[in-house]
Amino acid sequence: MLIPCPHCGQRPHSEFTYGGDATLRRPSDPALAADEEWLDYLYLRDNPRGLHREFWHHTLGCERWIEVRRDTLTHRIEGASATGARRGTRT
Amino acid sequence: MQRYSIFSLLRNAVSYHRNWPEAWRSPDPKPSYQVVIIGGGGHGLATAYYLAKEHGITDVAVLEKGWLGGGNTGRNTTNVRSNYILEKNQRFYEFSLKLWEGLSRDLNFNVMFSQRGVLITAHFDPQTQALLRRGNGMRVIGSDAVFLTREEVQRKVPVLDFSPTARFPITGAFLQPRAGVARHDAVAWGFARAADARGVDIIQNCEVTGIRVERGRAVGVETTRGFIAAKKIGIAVAGHTSHVAGMAGLRLPIESHLLQAMVTEPIKPFLQVSLSFGAGHFYTSQTDKGELVMGGDLDGYNSYAQRGNLPMIEHVAAAAVTVMPSIARLRIMRHWAGIMDMTMDGTPIIAKTPVDGLYIDGGWCYGGFKATPGSGWVFAYTIARDRPHELNEPFGLERFARGYTIDERGVGPYPALH
Repeated sequence: MLIPCPHCGQRPHSEFTYGGDATLRRPSDPALAADEEWLDYLYLRDNPRGLHREFWHHTLGCERWIEVRRDTLTHRIEGASATGARRGTRT
Repeated sequence: MQRYSIFSLLRNAVSYHRNWPEAWRSPDPKPSYQVVIIGGGGHGLATAYYLAKEHGITDVAVLEKGWLGGGNTGRNTTNVRSNYILEKNQRFYEFSLKLWEGLSRDLNFNVMFSQRGVLITAHFDPQTQALLRRGNGMRVIGSDAVFLTREEVQRKVPVLDFSPTARFPITGAFLQPRAGVARHDAVAWGFARAADARGVDIIQNCEVTGIRVERGRAVGVETTRGFIAAKKIGIAVAGHTSHVAGMAGLRLPIESHLLQAMVTEPIKPFLQVSLSFGAGHFYTSQTDKGELVMGGDLDGYNSYAQRGNLPMIEHVAAAAVTVMPSIARLRIMRHWAGIMDMTMDGTPIIAKTPVDGLYIDGGWCYGGFKATPGSGWVFAYTIARDRPHELNEPFGLERFARGYTIDERGVGPYPALH
């Protein structure tokens, strides 16, 4: 599987570390967040059979987090974008 | 059901084996059932069997989208063991192991359960201490575990690397003697035949496309062969648990990942135990055909593809050659993958759901095969009594909200690491 790193170009996935579902949002105020919000963030997943937005860290490359859009049924990658400081925000 | 025995074998030999009856019927689905089980793998078929046998509920259909045992039942590396460290897991898997010990006789079908022992090699002091602790815990609840010295391991498994230059010198091994392997297809077929004999309808090529919920209660399933009404519905679909539960509006603490396995070309008897390499991701056993069937860790990313990527195969092969250098020239004949429904704590879910009449047996991570009879037994109990048995009470969905997760590896909510 080749991942198109927006900083480095097409690189084998073995250079990357998987970071999981990119649509989750950490409760903005941890002290005030209800238990249900923590349950939702920590444990519950859409786990789609199809297009998945997910984080990968280019560990053996530029060492930056990127967001990849990949089909979990076919492993086809539709695109990847830089995340910058965006980790943890739902867009 | 015609019982299999030496006499039926002789009787059929006289007629050149042309008159064996089919092992189970292939009926058309009825409009409604008391219980519908989604998924005709080992767990679904075992559930149907124990519903009929233990609870007298025979108005049951098992719906399978493909063929019996064509999913993870036919894709696993066939290990059966109960060597867990947490007591809730120990008790459940030990119960399952005890069912395995009488399973061939119970089903009148040879599942070829071979208690050859599961052996984990030890290489480091802290790892040895952890294995000893695990073994002691198992013995406390009445299971079996022994620790072997380096010399004892060498006598038992001489093909491991005991040379002075070994990359990971073997200092001992943890052995569960009653553990072993079983023929996975036979488990599906044996449960199917025994369930069918008690009146369960097994319906293959019938995919569930929707779950009908009315006023918070599941009332039936939409399928490729029409609507089937049911008072109770059990989901036992391995890697697709999120997908099927999603049809009833549920969102689960599960990610689906892929796990690869592979076999080498067949060789003469070579390995007498089921082996786990304690210093890397590699486990193997030798099939009755002589192949070494082996596997390692998850590829590590969400997938429903039933196939993986080559780097993990290389990783497993490298670990295999590290601990068993003599197999370096064996060729790998086939490799494949299964979809693992990895829960957030690495422990399965066998439970009622927030939808009345809908039950889930899933989240088996990569440990479902060994649990097949135990899982079927407690899931049947849960469906029949509408409450969990004490063995699966800890495996409920509410444990995540309440903070009672059962994290065997202690890695937190990272499914790919369990």
